[in-house]
Amino acid sequence: MATQSPTPGVVPRGARRGWAALPFLTPGTLVLALFVAVPLLLVTSYAFFERGRFGGVVYTFTLDNFVRLADPLYLNVIATSIGTALIVTVLAVALGYPTALVIVRLPPKWRTIALIAVLLPFWTNFLIRTYAWILLLNNAGWINQGLQAVGIIDEPLKMLYTQPAVIIGLLYMYLPLMVLPLYSSLSSQDAQLTEAATNLGSNPFRVFRTITLPLSVPGLLTGCVFVFVPAMSNFVIPELLGGGKTVLIGNLIRDQFLKARDWPFGAALALVLTILLIALIFAQQSASRRVIEGPRERKVKRDA
Amino acid sequence: MTTTSPTPLLDIRGVQHSYGEVVALRDVSLSIADREFFALLGPSGCGKTTLLRSIAGFETPRQGTILLDGQDLTALPAHRRPVNMMFQSYALFPHMSVEKNVAYGLEAEGVGKAEIRRRVGETLEIVGLAAFAQRRPAKLSGGQRQRVALARAIIKRPRVLLLDEPLSALDRKVRAEMQLELKRMQHEAGMTFVVVTHDQEEAMSMADRVAVLNRGGIEQLDTPVGLYSRPATRFVASFIGSANLLDGSATGGPAGGASSVDVPGVAVFPATHSFAERESVTLVARPEDVHIVAPDAAPLQGVVVDTFFLGGSSTVSVEVAGLAKPISCTVHAANVATRGERVGLRFDAARVVVVANPVEAPAPAAAA
Ligand SMILES: Nc1ncnc2c1ncn2[C@@H]1O[C@H](COP(=O)(O)OP(=O)(O)OP(=O)(O)O)[C@@H](O)[C@H]1O
Ligand SMILES: [Mg+2]
Repeated sequence: MATQSPTPGVVPRGARRGWAALPFLTPGTLVLALFVAVPLLLVTSYAFFERGRFGGVVYTFTLDNFVRLADPLYLNVIATSIGTALIVTVLAVALGYPTALVIVRLPPKWRTIALIAVLLPFWTNFLIRTYAWILLLNNAGWINQGLQAVGIIDEPLKMLYTQPAVIIGLLYMYLPLMVLPLYSSLSSQDAQLTEAATNLGSNPFRVFRTITLPLSVPGLLTGCVFVFVPAMSNFVIPELLGGGKTVLIGNLIRDQFLKARDWPFGAALALVLTILLIALIFAQQSASRRVIEGPRERKVKRDA
Repeated sequence: MTTTSPTPLLDIRGVQHSYGEVVALRDVSLSIADREFFALLGPSGCGKTTLLRSIAGFETPRQGTILLDGQDLTALPAHRRPVNMMFQSYALFPHMSVEKNVAYGLEAEGVGKAEIRRRVGETLEIVGLAAFAQRRPAKLSGGQRQRVALARAIIKRPRVLLLDEPLSALDRKVRAEMQLELKRMQHEAGMTFVVVTHDQEEAMSMADRVAVLNRGGIEQLDTPVGLYSRPATRFVASFIGSANLLDGSATGGPAGGASSVDVPGVAVFPATHSFAERESVTLVARPEDVHIVAPDAAPLQGVVVDTFFLGGSSTVSVEVAGLAKPISCTVHAANVATRGERVGLRFDAARVVVVANPVEAPAPAAAA
């Protein structure tokens, strides 16, 4: 590579600027510390103690909670959660990308209307939306009635209280979180880039593959994280639409705290989930940076 | 002046375009010959980019046709047009290295890998960026980016190359090198260039012909020498080079014989023209067509207010009673007049040009 020696001034500048901004961040930092860091630390610390007989914590150090996690039963729940969230994310991409693409190409006036339409479900009450799905999916629901009336099926399809119902519910709930970052990323692309690609002889499909799509990767990854993270930890939809049969990690954590009264184990589960999600966000950030800045030319050391 | 070029390669007929209310092109017609170096010159916002974009297929003109080799271009989608364009804002692909940017057009064409490598290397060599092949555009200077954009546009050696201000961000030396390269490439590959430039010197020195645009219309289309020595309008006279503009009225002389221009309160200047009697006209005299003579014998007298020494020659500004602006004239370095000196001025009647002086039309922006 041409630049082997690190350019002076490039590396420390970011760090210096970070420290300089500190005084201005103080109120925000305080709020974050108080309402995020402290509870997080508290919960995290529970994971290393023993449970009390009737809930609560006994402050005796132990790693048993993490040993229990290795139980196939729990590993299975984690795997199912990841699998479900992955399916939801993939479907959200499949539905959300074309949607965002269409919205970006609408005339400005229609663009706003379409965006509001995408957001509308997000603004209606969560329970109402979920019960609407129950009405649609249940054995005597509208979908079954409709299909039977048309004569496609004789017996009602079992849809409610299945894993697909959970996936549909999660997808419906979090789809806007995919569409919005994609829309923002696509609409901020310089239109002249696609013109330049066209001018150099690319047909519309190749323009999409070589310009539009790669440049939207950061938005796409943001959307994926936005969908994957809550889809993985949601516990209401699995219960309402999955009938409690599909246990996801969110349900498990909730049950440990509220039903089993095993706070330390719940805390261990929560800790694992948090670490998983933080790792995911870091991966997304570095992947996005890779797209924009290109492959790492050199290792950047961040020292003060 | 209309064009009379052999075998027009690009024939633009009556093209009109507007963005909503803003009229960007009003009835532009011009034809460009095969292997011609054609320049579009004009003030900011006069429609130069719009014209290039129409040729490339990114704007659909409201009216008019654009023919390439007699074939209607408007029927071809933009990606099939044998025309490459360099964008004024470069439009480099930010997620690709310099090398990838330059190779993009060849890849779209399906050229073999080895061939692409060779041609990319060659082209980067031409623009002097061989050492930067692996860099991303974000890590280049403005001038380097401009050269990447240039390399990307020229690598396919298209029939017609549209360059929107290709050299504006380069320093004098690199710019001169690139100008030579462009000329060389044009001869070697037999390409036709349509180049937009703000820089008249560049247009004058490189182009075979220049179209001067103003407010979406062509003011004059001529060779560089023609534009300079025979400006057709007052706008061209003031836009191209420096000129002394004296507004007055046309007279055919007392007996209707020798034609001249009467600049009220100043003098009557002999000058050839074909305007009707008393028509409002402007006398255009280039600084080198104004001579400093002894005050007594001269038809016009004034006081030297400034002299600029330019090496081989000097420009002398002479204030003349009755004129708002001083007259500037070029003299040889040896006989520089001193400030405050009273001098006589003589206009070279054979070289001065008379153009119409239309009543100032309202600006199109105000009308829209
Ligand atoms: N996308 C657009 N929407 C609306 N008006 C536009 C648009 N593009 C250009 N215009 C207007 O059309 C006119 C011609 O613009 P154009 O870009 O062709 O000018 P130009 O000659 O290239 O100017 P410059 O030398 O500054 O690049 C200008 O008045 C401009 O404001
Ligand atoms: Mg322009």
